[in-house]
Amino acid sequence: MIFKLFGTFFKIGAFTFGGGYAMIPIIQDEIVDKNKWMENEEFLDAIAVAQASPGPVAVNTSIFVGYKICGISGAISCLLGTVLPSFLTILLVAVFFYQYRNNPIIDKVFMGVRPAVVALILSAVYKLGKSMGHSKAKVLIALVTVLLIVFVDISPILLILAGGIGAVFYFKGKEKES
Amino acid sequence: MKILQLFISFFKIGAFSFGGGYAMLPFIKKEIIEVHHWLTTSEFIDILAVSEMTPGPIAINSATFLGYKVAGVIGSIAATVAVVLPSFIVISLIYHFYTKFRNSPYVDWAFKGIRPVVLGLIASASISVAKDAFIDLKSVIIAAVLFYVVSFKKLNPIILMS
Repeated sequence: MIFKLFGTFFKIGAFTFGGGYAMIPIIQDEIVDKNKWMENEEFLDAIAVAQASPGPVAVNTSIFVGYKICGISGAISCLLGTVLPSFLTILLVAVFFYQYRNNPIIDKVFMGVRPAVVALILSAVYKLGKSMGHSKAKVLIALVTVLLIVFVDISPILLILAGGIGAVFYFKGKEKES
Repeated sequence: MKILQLFISFFKIGAFSFGGGYAMLPFIKKEIIEVHHWLTTSEFIDILAVSEMTPGPIAINSATFLGYKVAGVIGSIAATVAVVLPSFIVISLIYHFYTKFRNSPYVDWAFKGIRPVVLGLIASASISVAKDAFIDLKSVIIAAVLFYVVSFKKLNPIILMS
């Protein structure tokens, strides 16, 4: 199991270009859809925790997912799996290929990957959103979050806190009513 | 001595930057260029470009690269371990807290409110990538087609990346 986790996250680390958020759709596909190690809701919780904690989101997510599936040994193997491909690639680049950094062909390849990254992130949103159910309030909260992030540049941590605290008051009030 | 300094710098970078890779860049810049003068600004920008172009989280990539530039292979190991160590410690603590209190209604309610926010956060990440990615109509069409096949045809995302 530990080797399988390591292998899965090594694959995730090796094939995602474009930073942490690009890894989320791939993690979702491998962990939730394919291997069914987690529910969609648990996966969203993992991302919430990852986002609210210091450090790269993809690394935090992999550690949390590892704990969830296999305890501390799972967390360590997921972390190693995520980090090793980066580490090895960069070391190779730093040692051998640094002189080719302005190569136009390589530039083109990476420009071509970017639209794919956009599509992947959006489809992860679609899949995760579908699993949450179609309540109007949830869609509204998600939309307001997008608008605040894009136009107001507010800290994501504040939004996560607001969402959590708001929901506690909302459900507490509802409980009193009934 | 340089290795220890490198380790402490990247531990601080890992521990105090919230919000993922891009949020770490100002911290990295301050520690590496302004405090320790290990690199010039243009070297730093080159390293960022390479970090974006290679697979994996940008923070890890730039830590490995900077560590190598400053102190060779040992430096790259020190910087990489140091930058993920705070994550590991913090997530370990939170995970134990999460499993212990998951059955409390308050924690359950809080996460019910947090989930749609997280969904919005992920969606807005796609918008910030789209700003760089959508350079012409072709790139928009590629993204739309890929969105369709990944969401409705269950195609493996890794195949699409390559």
